[in-house]
Amino acid sequence: MAQDKDTIHHKIEKNVVLMFILVLITVSIGGMVQILPLFTIESTIEKVDGMRPYSPLELAGWNIYVREGCYLCHSQQIRPFRDEVERYGHYSLAAESMYDHPFQWGSKRTGPDLARVGGKYSNEWHTAHLVNPRAVVPESVMPTYQWMKSRPLKFDDVQDHMKTLNFISGKKPIYTPEMIANAKADLAMQINPEGDASGLLKRYPKAVVANFTGEQGVTEMDALIAYLQMLGTLVNFTDVKPEQLRQ
Amino acid sequence: MTELAATPGAAPQTGQYADKYIRYFSVAAVFWVIIGMTMGVYIASELAFPALNLGLEWTSFGRLRPVHTSGVVFAFGGSALFATSFYVVQRTCRARVWGGEGVMGFLFWGYQAFILMAASGYVMGITQGKEYAEPEWYADLWLTVVWVTYIAAFVGTLAKRKEPHIYVANWFFLGFMITVALLHLGNNVNVPVSLLGAKSYSVVSGVQSAMVQWWYGHNAVGFFLTAGFLGIMYYFVPKQAERPVYSYRLSIVHFWSLIFMYIWAGPHHLHYTSLPDWTQTLGMTFSVMLWMPSWGGMFNGIMTLSGAWDKLRTDPIIRFLVTSIAFYGMSTFEGPLMAVKPVNALSHYTDWTVGHVHSGALGWVAFVSFGALYHMIPKLWKRERLYSLRLVSLHFWLATIGIILYICAMWVSGIMQGLMWRAYDAQGFLQYSFVETVAAMHPFYEIRALGGLFYLSGALIMAYNVYRTIKGDVRTEKPYVTGPVAVAA
Repeated sequence: MAQDKDTIHHKIEKNVVLMFILVLITVSIGGMVQILPLFTIESTIEKVDGMRPYSPLELAGWNIYVREGCYLCHSQQIRPFRDEVERYGHYSLAAESMYDHPFQWGSKRTGPDLARVGGKYSNEWHTAHLVNPRAVVPESVMPTYQWMKSRPLKFDDVQDHMKTLNFISGKKPIYTPEMIANAKADLAMQINPEGDASGLLKRYPKAVVANFTGEQGVTEMDALIAYLQMLGTLVNFTDVKPEQLRQ
Repeated sequence: MTELAATPGAAPQTGQYADKYIRYFSVAAVFWVIIGMTMGVYIASELAFPALNLGLEWTSFGRLRPVHTSGVVFAFGGSALFATSFYVVQRTCRARVWGGEGVMGFLFWGYQAFILMAASGYVMGITQGKEYAEPEWYADLWLTVVWVTYIAAFVGTLAKRKEPHIYVANWFFLGFMITVALLHLGNNVNVPVSLLGAKSYSVVSGVQSAMVQWWYGHNAVGFFLTAGFLGIMYYFVPKQAERPVYSYRLSIVHFWSLIFMYIWAGPHHLHYTSLPDWTQTLGMTFSVMLWMPSWGGMFNGIMTLSGAWDKLRTDPIIRFLVTSIAFYGMSTFEGPLMAVKPVNALSHYTDWTVGHVHSGALGWVAFVSFGALYHMIPKLWKRERLYSLRLVSLHFWLATIGIILYICAMWVSGIMQGLMWRAYDAQGFLQYSFVETVAAMHPFYEIRALGGLFYLSGALIMAYNVYRTIKGDVRTEKPYVTGPVAVAA
């Protein structure tokens, strides 16, 4: 029988160091082939206009979205199928999640896709829906978030968040020094429709400025709705040429 | 016949092995399976009856779902893997754990501390926002320390073995722990906002973070929930059946092809997304190829029963083990099927995926662990036998009914929802609004929760049986034989 001879595999299974190294090599190959080129092939992220970093308030909203595990029931990734494009809008681009650390594409649609939910509903609708989803959509199974409506948003450290994102983005910082310097003012300005938001809008074009919940001061729900209202609105697809989308 | 083809492990000598914390890990596995599955039943009920979210931030689905997944995968599955891997490696090497009870104690308390750090964070909303990799940077750093110690203790034990060959179960355990280390380090490259705060940002973003995450996520399934538990299969099935592993050569092919191919399959979680097509195609191709090593392993496990099939009737522990291999075969056929792009177009984002995961997790991972625990616990506590084999059988049937209710409900709801999303009416408009598909799910969410309840009741019976066994009780019951008894040879 083959087992009686000292086959190659006998050498491996008698030598723990050799086996360790061979296992390490065997399991490393696939990941390297699939992951590393995504950082070097330039067409991986489409060259489209309009993408910009999150405004300070939107960033705070993004963090609440992550904190509450919204991605466990809502995707942010529209696939290129007729029904999805009709239901949700243009299929998602890689460029549209380039500022998400990490991505929020999700894997399950217990609720609908949110990749282009921005601008589809009013701020009042979002507030009512988050407070009690079944008040506006009777069949919904979403949890209620009424506690979020008047809870003040903690944003003392918003500049630290922006600096951390700059640190990890290395040579191409996400936020300019001007953006960081104005962060707290921009954050407060985004819920003040009476104020002069021109600086904010210059730094973060298309940011939605509104008193989202109607509450006094900046609340967590203001931040979340500010984030939801910009989702999928940055790229103007009428200006995009097909060759720009080739990966 | 060489030592490899023989039934593994020499008869243990008293005091030869460091078993104290293997006993602790076994009890922890039983404890966490109940916690993890109670969370599962609860969040399943939240989807059927949203009032159960209670309007509190700590009890909402989004925060409790990681408690369920980490509870069953890392707390229950992890504790079962720690217990079995050290049980097996000592007995197949005829060597005491490297580092002895000191290292084992650190591993036990260190790993339980990681679980508590992670779970307490989830409830408070501390998460990295990546499925199955939710623990924040501080918990990840701690797990790295524990995991490196785990590998050192395991490899150290292999190095001081008294058997010339490393037994096949240990290959799989080794493959599992090395790869999990790699995945953990690769997918948790984060920078904290402040050293005093929990929040961190992932260094990679967008499409690259998606690929890294599903390289991790898929191989958490492939290595944590598959390779590790195949290690359990390769020791406990031959032991309980008292038959050698069916084929030594098939074990070699199974091991190397499985660990090589699994790592490529991640992109099938990202079909039709903004991940470039070439990566998706590679992921699909390897996922389909993966069917073969998976079924090779299933064949090797199930054929180990050759000549001992009557034990299925007389030994409910064997029934758990064999059924687990059958579910392994079913899930590893369904997986490649769902990884084919046109099938995935229908199944992705639906409950079909959830059902698929649970046929693997409940049917394969948990069943093979239950079999191993039932085999191991009387030996670890030096009891003559389990408190009751009839309760094992009752556990088996409750759990099986639970799985069937669960996966059938998810097949129907998943495929139905997928079809409803893409249905058009005669005028060419989308036929259903999204929320109509949500309403259609309701009965299936109820059935799913009921299935989970069945499964959980089985686990509670196991806990009782284990408790009485440890106490040293033996239930007065009719010997466990159903149907005609084979005449003893």
